[in-house]
Amino acid sequence: MSAIAARRRTLPGFGLTMGLTLSWLSIIILIPLAGLFLKSFEISPEQFWNILSSRRTLNALRVSFGLAFAAACVNLVMGSIIVWALVRYRFPGRRLFDAIVDVPFALPTAVAGVALTSLFAEKGWLGAPLAALGIKVAFTPVGIFVAMIFIGIPFVVRTVQPVLQDLDPEIEEAAGSLGASRWQTIIRVILPSLAPALLTGLALAFARAVGEYGSVIFIAGNLPNVSEIAPLLIVIRLSEFRYADATAIAVIMLVVSFVTIFAVNRLQRWAQNRIPAR
Amino acid sequence: MTIEVRNLVKKFGSFAALDGVDLKVDNGELLALLGPSGSGKTTLLRIIAGLDWPDSGEVSFNGEDALAQGARERHVGFVFQHYALFRHMTVFENVAFGLRVQPRAVRRDEATIRARVKDLLDLVQLDWLADRYPSQLSGGQRQRIALARALAIEPRILLLDEPFGALDAKVRKELRKWLRSLHHEINVTSIFVTHDQEEALEVANRVVVMDKGRIEQIGSPNEVYESPATAFVHGFIGESIELPVHVADGVVRLGSRPLGLAVDGLASGASRLFVRRHDMQVGPAGSGAFEGAVQHVRNFGPVQRAEVALFGGETIEIDAPRDKELRAGDRIGLEPRRYRIFAGG
Amino acid sequence: MTLQIADTVSLSPSQAKARAHAAAARDNLRTEPRAVRIAIITLAVLFLTVFVVLPLVVVFAQAFSKGILAYLAALSEPEALAAIRLTLLVALISVGLNLVFGLVAAWAIAKFDFRGKTFLITLIDLPFSVSPVISGLVFVLLFGAQGYFGGWLREHDIQILFAVPGIALATTFVTFPFVARALIPLMHEQGTQEEEAAISLGASGLQTFFRVTLPNIKWGVLYGVLLCNARAMGEFGAVSVVSGHIRGETNTMPLLVEILYNEYQFVAAFAIASLLAMLALITLIAKTVLERHLGEGHASRDH
Repeated sequence: MSAIAARRRTLPGFGLTMGLTLSWLSIIILIPLAGLFLKSFEISPEQFWNILSSRRTLNALRVSFGLAFAAACVNLVMGSIIVWALVRYRFPGRRLFDAIVDVPFALPTAVAGVALTSLFAEKGWLGAPLAALGIKVAFTPVGIFVAMIFIGIPFVVRTVQPVLQDLDPEIEEAAGSLGASRWQTIIRVILPSLAPALLTGLALAFARAVGEYGSVIFIAGNLPNVSEIAPLLIVIRLSEFRYADATAIAVIMLVVSFVTIFAVNRLQRWAQNRIPAR
Repeated sequence: MTIEVRNLVKKFGSFAALDGVDLKVDNGELLALLGPSGSGKTTLLRIIAGLDWPDSGEVSFNGEDALAQGARERHVGFVFQHYALFRHMTVFENVAFGLRVQPRAVRRDEATIRARVKDLLDLVQLDWLADRYPSQLSGGQRQRIALARALAIEPRILLLDEPFGALDAKVRKELRKWLRSLHHEINVTSIFVTHDQEEALEVANRVVVMDKGRIEQIGSPNEVYESPATAFVHGFIGESIELPVHVADGVVRLGSRPLGLAVDGLASGASRLFVRRHDMQVGPAGSGAFEGAVQHVRNFGPVQRAEVALFGGETIEIDAPRDKELRAGDRIGLEPRRYRIFAGG
Repeated sequence: MTLQIADTVSLSPSQAKARAHAAAARDNLRTEPRAVRIAIITLAVLFLTVFVVLPLVVVFAQAFSKGILAYLAALSEPEALAAIRLTLLVALISVGLNLVFGLVAAWAIAKFDFRGKTFLITLIDLPFSVSPVISGLVFVLLFGAQGYFGGWLREHDIQILFAVPGIALATTFVTFPFVARALIPLMHEQGTQEEEAAISLGASGLQTFFRVTLPNIKWGVLYGVLLCNARAMGEFGAVSVVSGHIRGETNTMPLLVEILYNEYQFVAAFAIASLLAMLALITLIAKTVLERHLGEGHASRDH
């Protein structure tokens, strides 16, 4: 009998490349993350509870999660409007604005942070007119909200855009020819097709905003209990050598973002099954 | 080069792509693997090439165990269904690839490689395309370049997966003739896979008919057409009329009507009767094994195709010569000139 | 078909008008009234201008607010030069590592079928969903004075935290998925036929990879490297946690921006920031060009 028992693969290198992939993945990602969870098991449940239920931690989590969700909602609405304009209409500078959507992806967060702060500070280009209206943005929770909107835009736009582009024009024509008004077509035909992508974009923008650090801390003011985000609290606890506190907050944030990612994956699988790929 | 395949089994999950296949291919043959999609013909071809591996069974070339070698060592020329030409290389570099990747010890010098590639491009009559990229070629041209590339390594065996599958009807017919004469010229043991019976019967010396991972019949084009070994082959090759009949005590019945056809010791029970469309001889009502009413008639060049509702419920299509015009409503008798009855429902 | 005919046949004015009307009605099925269109476009453009364009403009306005000489002087400070050098070094290390990993991982994942593929891709994506601060924290917990390997490292006098290795590790962590994620879908879509053809023509595994696979994915590789590099040079949170902020030694460009800004050296801070912003803009332009290339690659495959 010949050597077919080994279930050979046609292309070479599977064992080698898979081995390297798994080793490298373990060294860089899995072991460090496992270290974090291992560390969290060293904290007694009471201590864990005390850390999380302390006023400052609770407020930091509230600020991070609450404002991230609010910003993601704004991104959902504005992102949809931007996608619609970019995909459906022709206007001067369309391609430029299309490319600009990615700036928050590409711009280093620290640069975005100082730029937004300077823009919205009391004497800034936008801060001054807003101050005249009695609205203070920089160094308040509103500033955090603004920074989170900034970094979240591309997530909604880039998830929804390809779906709208691939939407079969015939389904709209069909809806129209069956007597639906334009508004009815949008609400009953287009929106349901976009719903999975919209929700995915919302979740991604939320996940990114929750963990965001660089673009937020400059504009935030960082007043404990008011405008202090959870990632900053981790950094502060670290600098005070309170590793248990830092670890506990990090674990909570990680669990929430993993749950979000898991939900996104399920959402996309569900959407794929519902709408077969063309 | 002779190829011998013994008891080959290959499963994808619970689906048996090959379910115990035995096959011997003689030196210099041009063999067609013919079958519907999912019959296992491409899997068999890929296993012979070393691109897939069986779960069990043996493959040998000239008596040597081929499964001990990978695709790289087998020296098999493989022409992919969608050609798999290297997109980023010119036609010339595509054909030269197999010569350039040889181990340094046996690799020929640049001048020899160039001369060889030129010969091959001449052979496929496309030397004027040497500097083009695959995306600039027509389907038929790509097909021939893929063939030249496979021939460059002086393969011991040439395997072609649906060689004309992606081409339009006219180019297909031209390439068929061309492949036959090319095979005659180079005389390498060749196997090609096709789902098109006309292609298999016209090009190959021998045809292997496959279904559901098994070989149904091996024979010359004439044999598989004239004397199909199984019901599947009869139904798959040529245009056949298939009727569910019942055999009991040496009598064949369609419904309750005895047909008066010889049975040749067929066992009793439900059976299937096969007749080629053009083997139904039309006669006056009351004559012949069957009787029916013509539903409608279409004329195709030398024949007229008539839809006939048989007394007994079945509706069949027959091809009759145009010497006697049939008309809708005619009652006619039908006598099969040749027929086969296979046991089983 | 009828439309083509209509173009070639001369129509009477009334016929033409009727047809134009019908065509307009047909378009109406797929678009909104003019006022709505203008409102949506204005809203989109205004939003992007306020939230994206203005921050970008303000960086350069601030950087040059005291003139070009002050700008150049700020960039030629030894501290600035040290930060630029460190940033380039760290980017070189982590992009290099992730390039090799990305190619290896994409080969294993895209060219073969195996159980748990989706799960493996999810694991590779993990760093995208981890807060940058936590990405730094995990290495502090491993290599810090009280970390799992802290004692051993001190005994052997190896410095990881507050030094280049720590910064490179944290940067590699956050940029881990970029190259692999750019290549996996591309290589998956290209299938394995060309590689099979190369193998059956006698090419070795490495020959197949370098002569057939790599030329086909070169734009994808460049794309992944580009995005990976942009993130590597701009990473702030993770690096901030592991760097220790030793001036002139462990400050990358983004960290120096923070320090200078907090010291009210706005021109200097924005001068460094303007370099990073330029990097982002160049990355975006190159990305747009590459996407066109990649798009063409796809198009020429669709026959």
